[in-house]
Amino acid sequence: MLGKPSALFIYAIAFMIFLYGPVMLMPVFSLNDSTFATFPLKGFTTRHYASMLANTSMILSLKNSLVVGVIVSVTATAIGLPAAIALTRYRLPGGGPVLSAMMLPLVIPSIVIAVALLVIVLRFLHMNLSLWTVGAGHILLCIPFSMTVLMSRLEGFDKSLEEASRDLGENAWMTFVRVTLPLAAPGVISSLLLCFIISFDEFVVAFFLTGTENTLPVYLFSQLRFPNKLPGTLALGSAILLGSAILVVAADLLRKLGVQSAKPGDL
Amino acid sequence: MAKADSIISISGVTKRFGPVTAVDDISFDISRGEFFSLLGSSGCGKTTLLRMLAGFEQPTEGEIFIDSEPMAGVPANHRPTNMVFQSYAIFPHLNVGENIGYGLRNAAISKDEAGKRVSDALELVKLSGYGGRAAHQLSGGQRQRVALARALVCRPKVLLLDEPLGALDKNLREEMQIELRALQRTVGITFVFVTHDQEEALTLSDRIAVMSKGRVLQIDAPEALYENPNCREVAEFIGTMNVFSGRIAASAKGATTIDARALGKLQARGTSRKGDYAFLAVRPEKLKLMTKKPAASMNAIAGVVSAISYRGDRHHFLVTAEGHDRPISVSQQNDSDTKSTPMNVGAKVWITWPATTGRVLSH
Repeated sequence: MLGKPSALFIYAIAFMIFLYGPVMLMPVFSLNDSTFATFPLKGFTTRHYASMLANTSMILSLKNSLVVGVIVSVTATAIGLPAAIALTRYRLPGGGPVLSAMMLPLVIPSIVIAVALLVIVLRFLHMNLSLWTVGAGHILLCIPFSMTVLMSRLEGFDKSLEEASRDLGENAWMTFVRVTLPLAAPGVISSLLLCFIISFDEFVVAFFLTGTENTLPVYLFSQLRFPNKLPGTLALGSAILLGSAILVVAADLLRKLGVQSAKPGDL
Repeated sequence: MAKADSIISISGVTKRFGPVTAVDDISFDISRGEFFSLLGSSGCGKTTLLRMLAGFEQPTEGEIFIDSEPMAGVPANHRPTNMVFQSYAIFPHLNVGENIGYGLRNAAISKDEAGKRVSDALELVKLSGYGGRAAHQLSGGQRQRVALARALVCRPKVLLLDEPLGALDKNLREEMQIELRALQRTVGITFVFVTHDQEEALTLSDRIAVMSKGRVLQIDAPEALYENPNCREVAEFIGTMNVFSGRIAASAKGATTIDARALGKLQARGTSRKGDYAFLAVRPEKLKLMTKKPAASMNAIAGVVSAISYRGDRHHFLVTAEGHDRPISVSQQNDSDTKSTPMNVGAKVWITWPATTGRVLSH
């Protein structure tokens, strides 16, 4: 009886190390007093964090990523919400194909999207590559995620709540403001968080579509060739790791909160 | 076209969803202050008809008038109706008071007046002091009351109720039936009540429309519906009914004789044409079980008791008779008589009833 669970336990530990080991090494090396990310560890230092803060081009790319992330998350959610409402509330002619089309970016490799967008931007639109083109690409990637989150929230609540609002004298817009939006709020918030993280993390599309200004992942990639830049990069990576972990946990908590109150009609 | 005393007038209304006809050419009027029920099994079109009255669906054909106003193109938020939903549709993000006051925001009344109306409505449904409660703190019965108060506070001309008691357990349902009826008398508003529960419809309603496959079969007061159904389907939907079939042997002056083949000649109320195929319908409680053959003036069928169930206030017997495919239901009150004549399964009995308690149905 004891043999089986303990084998499973070892497997589970090995699995966790495999999954999180590399990520956990990053904060360790970021506090190590050495220019190279190698064992044995030499001594504790926070100087890498100081050099990270002193690296203005790195901080600038961080700011770029934050700005793009915020704009992308707001835009993708603003586009996703009406689409999610339309697809969950009304029996649209061709609703199925429309939904599939909107979900397609989920299964297309981002390298394909990146190349296609690059061709469109340069050859057809004759635009210069910039953070705006990166943002546009990210919005495309984020919409299916935004819609998945929003649709599951909207499907969870009783359609008769909106009918009740109409019945009690409110028009379609005020019904949206007074009933649909407050009930969809947890979904909207987790969509914003999710889209922000996707945009913030994204490398391939950003690498292809960016101009002179870099987003953080692209900047970090360009710096990795120089070993003396590495510790500052590790420090930044650790800081971001902490930040994303907080965001993801917050998004998940909000989503669960939403699930709990999702069925207002039941007894 | 609408009669002066009718609050709702439904004229030739048909509703199709693609190839499905949910409501099929229905016309009737509902009087002011009436408690009117739409009764039928699921899929009969009763809820679709109610939703057309509320304005959530538009008729494919025909017209609906509410208080003599044509309702074509009038959206739900501009109709003088309010609805109690089957799920109650209590807004989960608002408390009880905010739920009830929801519809008053657009009413041209002051904040004080609105607050007073909300507390009056809470009192009306016996929930005084519950205004600050969160929606999820309410029990099923309380939700139902909040849904009622929220609809009534808007002072509609017609209150629409979509199976509002369906989610409650039996005892609470019976209690709410009595309260609902009393409430309707107090406020004097016309209630249109959708239900599949025939007992509920009989208990509550002034009049009932029995619906089936998108059509109205019969509209009548509960007693008339129970005693004088106009067709076999209504007869069998409302309560239990024994139905015997055969050809009309003779019919004159409201008395008819049916030749029910192996069961012999049976007599009933009603008029039909001689030679037509027809049905004789008679309720279980009108039948009597006897051990000896009764007098010739009574209807009588010989049979064997196949099942007995005890229902407290009465015994319910199933009797099989040769030449009749379904067992005949007989219900007998538990008075001293039945105690002295115990019937056992397998006993040979005579089922008997006077000619006036059965009814001839042509379809």
